[in-house]
Amino acid sequence: MTDYFNEMYETGKVRAPYARLENWTKCMPAELRQMKQAEAEALFRRIGITFAVYGEGGDPDRLIPFDMFPRVFAQAEWRKLEKGIKQRARALNAFLLDVYGRAEIVKAGKVPAALVYQNEAYERAVAGFTPPRGIYSHIVGIDIVRTGPDEFFVLEDNCRTPSGVSYMLENREIMMRMFPQLFRENRIEPVDGYADALRRTLASVAPAKCDREPTLAILTPGHFNSAYYEHSFLADLMGVELVEGQDLFVEGGFVWMRTTEGPKKLDVIYRRLDDAFLDPLCFRPDSMLGVPGLMDVYRSGGVTICSAPGAGVADDKAIYTYVPEMVRFYLGEEPILQNVQTWQCAKPDDLKYVLEHLAEIVVKEVHGSGGYGMLVGPKSTKEQIETFRAKIEANPDNYIAQPTLALSTTPTFVEEGIAPRHVDLRPYCLVGEKIELVPGGLTRVALKDGSLVVNSSQGGGVKDTWVLAE
Amino acid sequence: MLSRTAENLFWIARYIERAETMSRLLEVGARIALIPSSGHGYRSEWESLLQASGTAEGFAEKYGDPIQRNIESYLFFDRDNPSSVISCIERARENGRIVRTALTAQVWDALNMAFQEIRQLERKPRSEIELTELTEWTMRQSALVRGAIEATLLRNDGYDFLNLGFALERADNTARLIDVKYYVLLPAVDFVGTGLDNYQWQVLLRALSAHRAFHWAYGGEITAAKIADFLILNRQSPRALIAAITAASDSLEALAEAYGKSGPEQMRARALVAELAELRAEEIFEEGLHEFLTRFIRDVGELSDMVYNAYLSGEAR
Repeated sequence: MTDYFNEMYETGKVRAPYARLENWTKCMPAELRQMKQAEAEALFRRIGITFAVYGEGGDPDRLIPFDMFPRVFAQAEWRKLEKGIKQRARALNAFLLDVYGRAEIVKAGKVPAALVYQNEAYERAVAGFTPPRGIYSHIVGIDIVRTGPDEFFVLEDNCRTPSGVSYMLENREIMMRMFPQLFRENRIEPVDGYADALRRTLASVAPAKCDREPTLAILTPGHFNSAYYEHSFLADLMGVELVEGQDLFVEGGFVWMRTTEGPKKLDVIYRRLDDAFLDPLCFRPDSMLGVPGLMDVYRSGGVTICSAPGAGVADDKAIYTYVPEMVRFYLGEEPILQNVQTWQCAKPDDLKYVLEHLAEIVVKEVHGSGGYGMLVGPKSTKEQIETFRAKIEANPDNYIAQPTLALSTTPTFVEEGIAPRHVDLRPYCLVGEKIELVPGGLTRVALKDGSLVVNSSQGGGVKDTWVLAE
Repeated sequence: MLSRTAENLFWIARYIERAETMSRLLEVGARIALIPSSGHGYRSEWESLLQASGTAEGFAEKYGDPIQRNIESYLFFDRDNPSSVISCIERARENGRIVRTALTAQVWDALNMAFQEIRQLERKPRSEIELTELTEWTMRQSALVRGAIEATLLRNDGYDFLNLGFALERADNTARLIDVKYYVLLPAVDFVGTGLDNYQWQVLLRALSAHRAFHWAYGGEITAAKIADFLILNRQSPRALIAAITAASDSLEALAEAYGKSGPEQMRARALVAELAELRAEEIFEEGLHEFLTRFIRDVGELSDMVYNAYLSGEAR
């Protein structure tokens, strides 16, 4: 059996960041724990933090399981992570600006042209256009796993519209409400500046034609979207309108909101919908969610769209392999955060290796997400492996593979008491006039014993994530 | 405020008011069904109540003959009936979810709890639920939503759109209830002023939770003129047409002031209030109660359209 790094206990001793939590759990009998757990759930339901799942029957409003045992980082650990995350966010944005411009990195032979220009996420419609401040990805979610005291790896980058930040904020709210003494005993860096930082970031990329305090809005696909709660939560915290495509129209080179007092000009759109749905005149003609003519206004500098259309080309699993190279190429620095070793099935040698080692490795679809369409070799039956082998052989370009990582564990409340469960981390890096990162993020936990898949659609839960002050 | 937000708020109020009207209608029907008829058996006014709720056609298509149990299901739990209590509550709550940020936690709680509870009720075997339990439950939920709005909501344009929705829906519903009494319930004009006529008026008062109030306000014999005065022209009666139209006009004036501009919708509402204020019950009967109510319902419909065009359509300039 693999030896997993336990973030709380190392060789039987409690690691420093968790020192004060040991006593906390000792003072919490099972009944109190159950009571608190029920209280937390009631709070979540009451506030309405659910993710909506339509079309599967049953209650459309589901809760993501919340684990009360916090995940803790020491200040020194966080500082290193923070530097690495910001570095990566800068490199990804530099790459985007480059591939929609002169494409120096392709000319230098560092990234294959086909991976960029034949990428589904590459938007020809914005080639040659430079968005305000040259920023494409304003909210970068970087998924990080840990395998040892000092070993952090980036699992994937999310440059489009990473979700889950509302859980980071609400998990903290609820922990502070239920266990105020924990926050007196531990000096924990606050995360509630996120909404302000997000608003500052969005306002800082207002288009050139905006000559006053910019009007911001969040564009949502609508209330049937599973992340609708998060959209409305963020709009509320920032004090901006939550709009749907039908609320907007284009006229005279600007985007306007339909309000009860007449049209109101909109300057910056934080969109939570995919490129394909933004503008039926430019992308999918059958989309009812977007705004006809939006892209024309965007390209003429009448409105800023965050993240910029086309940002997705930086975050698919095939481009991922080249991110360390981007750091060296654009920033002249060595990458602080490492990639996980990745085999690209598109390459014959890699494909050969992958097919020979399917039982030991993890295979993912290049464009997959949410934990769907992947094979976890060591956790799969012979049959599942053979089915997947056929899929890879049929379309090798569509797959990448990585070694099965020994994901770290943190103590988690389970039915029998407290047990180690595997976790990952998604911090949210904001890129505008400044690059900002609130000290914290979303920790996802695989609640099933032995499971390495932390996605909420696959039985994962969430935890509050602490960064201790010095 | 986004036009779509205003529209959702407006409809939250209309759905809640409509759910209450539906449950009141159910209560009236059940009450009448307990009264022995002049020959043998019991009276049944279910047919006319279906007419009143505007659901007679849909019901006939689905169930055929009006049998009480089926009517209860249709008016309360049936999602195929867009005016059923469950349809109204679910849509009010869904609209609330869409405009979550325009509501306070308390208002959302009230809408959400009603939704959770009616889904519980729905799962209970019907034989275990008394009809009065359902109607009282509905009125309680509606009171909770109104109370939460009154106690916690910011007095901004959103508050005005909610109140406008309540007022216009109520004006329409009360007018329809009165009209049904006079036009549908009563078999022939000869019955006017007879015992049957008076009994039906009493039932109508009950449906509007107003029979006690009526006696306090007027005393003596129930006459058509007194009741028409009470339900149409008396500002003290909260469901009277004049009270509902005045409330609508007040909300429209508040919006005009907040937005610094006034339009045909404010003028129309003021004209309607003025007309009712000068009217006397005798004049209504001279015109014909049914004719008057038909005109009134059309006026309210036109006012709603004006509100839609001015604020909710998103076409405002």
